[in-house]
Amino acid sequence: MAVRTIKVDYLARVEGEGAFKVTVRDGKVQKAELVIFEPPRFFESFLRGRQFSEAPDITARICGICPVAYQMSSVHAMEMALGIKVEGPLRDLRRLLYCGEWIESHVLHIYMLHAPDFLGYQGAIDMAADHGDAVKRGLQLKKIGNEIMELLGGREIHPINVRVGGFYKVPKKRDFAALTERLKWARDAALETLRWVSTFDFPERSRDYEFVSLRHPSEYPFNEGHIVSNRGLDTDAAHYDEHFEEIHVEHSTALHSRHKGAGNYLVGPLARYNLNFDRLSPLAQQAARGVGMGTTCTNPYRSIQVRAVETIYACDEALRIIENYQEPDHPFVPAEPRAGIGMGATEAPRGLIWHRYRIEADGKIAEARIVPPTSQNQPSIEEDLREYVGGWLDLPDEELKHRCEQTIRNYDPCISCSVHFLRLDIDRG
Amino acid sequence: MAASPKKPRVAVWKFSSCDGCQLTLLDCEDELLAVAGAVDLAYFPEATRGDPKGIYDVSLVEGSITTAHDVERIKDVRKRSKALITIGACATSGGIQALRNFADVKEFISVVYARPDFIHTLATSTGIADHVAVDFELRGCPISKKQLVETIAAFLARRKPVTPSHSVCVECKLKGNVCVMVAHGTPCLGPVTHAGCGALCPSYDRGCYGCFGPMETPNTVALSKQLATLGMNQDALHRVYRTFNANATAFREESERHGG
Repeated sequence: MAVRTIKVDYLARVEGEGAFKVTVRDGKVQKAELVIFEPPRFFESFLRGRQFSEAPDITARICGICPVAYQMSSVHAMEMALGIKVEGPLRDLRRLLYCGEWIESHVLHIYMLHAPDFLGYQGAIDMAADHGDAVKRGLQLKKIGNEIMELLGGREIHPINVRVGGFYKVPKKRDFAALTERLKWARDAALETLRWVSTFDFPERSRDYEFVSLRHPSEYPFNEGHIVSNRGLDTDAAHYDEHFEEIHVEHSTALHSRHKGAGNYLVGPLARYNLNFDRLSPLAQQAARGVGMGTTCTNPYRSIQVRAVETIYACDEALRIIENYQEPDHPFVPAEPRAGIGMGATEAPRGLIWHRYRIEADGKIAEARIVPPTSQNQPSIEEDLREYVGGWLDLPDEELKHRCEQTIRNYDPCISCSVHFLRLDIDRG
Repeated sequence: MAASPKKPRVAVWKFSSCDGCQLTLLDCEDELLAVAGAVDLAYFPEATRGDPKGIYDVSLVEGSITTAHDVERIKDVRKRSKALITIGACATSGGIQALRNFADVKEFISVVYARPDFIHTLATSTGIADHVAVDFELRGCPISKKQLVETIAAFLARRKPVTPSHSVCVECKLKGNVCVMVAHGTPCLGPVTHAGCGALCPSYDRGCYGCFGPMETPNTVALSKQLATLGMNQDALHRVYRTFNANATAFREESERHGG
C-alpha cells in the first residue's frame, strides 16, 4: 500500500490549540479528523451551585476573543427563566456591544489570522513589512471595535458591565461624541477592507451546506430571532435541543454537533449572510454587490469577504444605534430569583451560540448547557478537508499543509471556546 | 521579517486558558508594531506560523497546568527561557478551572462528556509557579494592556516592572471614585484585591469581584465581617472568593472559612 505521512504539530493563527490528521491510502483520502485535545475546563460542571447573576461573568471566561457572545446568550437564557424582558435603549445597547465584538473579532481574523494565507506570509507582523498601510488600517479598525467594548463594557476582554436585566451603568448620550467620529472613519475603513480582500485569489470551491443562523423580522441577527436553515428548519432557542444533538468522539474534547436526522451543518458569517442578506443595511448590501458578491455565497474561502461585509454592517449599525440613543431611566430591569428553565441563542462572530440553564427557587443554577459555534462547525470543517485534500495530493508536503491550515482557518475556529490544540498530521498510508 | 541577532527573542506560550491574556498583546493596537520592531516575536502561534526553536530571552506564559503533558511541557519552556513571565490569573493561580480542585473531577467529567474514558486530565488546575521557577507574575483576568506593555519594556531595559501591589481601593481614591461600599452598601472585594485594573468595577457602579486576585497581605477576615453586615450569608461569602483566583492562597483560605 502506498504510504505518505505529513505532520504539523501546532496549527497557528487560530484561537486555541488543535491538531489535524488526514489518512491517505493508495492516493485516496480515507479519513480527515480535526483533532481537538485542549484539556477541558468544565464550565458546565462548576456553574452548578452558582447564582444566576454570576453566569455572565463566569461564562465570559470561556473565550477571551468573544466574551460578549457568552455574556449575551447567558443573560437572555436567564431572562427567559426569570420571566423578564429587556427592551428599548437597553436592548439597543446590547446590540451596540455586540457590534464592538464583531468588529474587533472579525478584523482580527481578516487582517491578522486569515489575510496572511492569501498573501503568502507567516503572520500579520511579517506581512506588515510589505503591506504596512493595510496592517495599520486593520489595527486601527480593530481598535475602534475594542473602544465600543471599552466604553460600554468597561474593558474589551471580559467586560464587567453586563448583567442579567441590562447593565450596571449606562452611558450618557454625550459619552458617544468622540466615538461617533471614529466610527465614521471605521465604516470607510471597513469598506476599504472589503475592496482589499476582494483582490485576493480565491480557490473555486463550493459545497452544499446546511446553513443555520438566527433570523429576525427586521434586523441582521445579533441577539434575537428564530433559528432557521436553508433547508427549511424554523425553530427557536427554547426548542433547539429537539433539533440538534451533541456527540462525544474520541479525537476531540469538543463535542460534535449534528442536526438530528439531517447531519452536519454550518454556523457563522457564511450562514448568516446566506440566510439574512436582505437584513443587511443598504450600504452593506451595496458594498457587497459592488465587489461582485451575490446574495448567497457557498465558497468557504470567501468567508473573509463576508466578514468584511459584516464589519461594514456592524459599523453602520453602531452609528445608527448611537444616533438614536436615549439614555434609559434605569440601567437594568430588576430580576427576582424563581425556579425555571431558560434558553438563549445569539450570534457570536463565529456563529450561533446556545445556552440552557435550569435554576432553583433560590436563584442557584442546577443545570447548565453551552453549545459554542466551533463544536457545531467541527464536522463541516472535517468534511471540507475530506473533500478538498483529495485534489491536492500532488502538492509538496509544505504546500499541502498550508492549504489544509487555510481551509481550517476559513472558519475562524475558536478552539478555546470548544476546548483546544491544532496539530496537522497527514498519514498518506 | 528577518530576525535581527541583536533583538531579544520573545515567545508566547499557552496552557489551559481562554486566550484572552495573549490576545491582550494583539489588542495593543497602537504599540504592537513598535513592540514587534523592538523584539523578535520568535514564537507566537496565535499570531504567526512557526515552531519553537532554541532559547528565548523572555517567555510570556498564559494558562494553567491541567494535564500530565502540560507538567512536562512547562519544564521544557522553563529550560528554553532566560526570563519567564506568567500572564494572568490562570497562569498565576490556576484560573476559574481551578474550581475542580475543590470538587470530584470524575463527576465534573461525567457532567460534560458522554465518554469519560476519552478524557485525560489532572484532578487539579494549578499555577505555573507550582511547577517551575517564575521570574515575574502579571495579575488579572484578563491582564491589563498597560501593565503588559510596561512589563515587556521593563524586562527589555533590565529593570523591575512597576505594577503596584496595593489594593483596588487605592486606585479608586486616585480616580476620585465614590466608595460603592460606604456610599451605596454594595459588597466590594476592592479592599483585598490587587490593583491593576484601574478600579474598573467601582467606576461602573458595581463592586469589585477580585479578578486581579489577592493584594499583598490582604485582611480578608475584616472584609468578610463587613460584607456580612451588608447582608451576605455564609454561602455568598464562600462563593465571592471562589471565582477566577479561587486557588490563590488568601482567597482559598477565606473561602474555606465560610464553608467547604
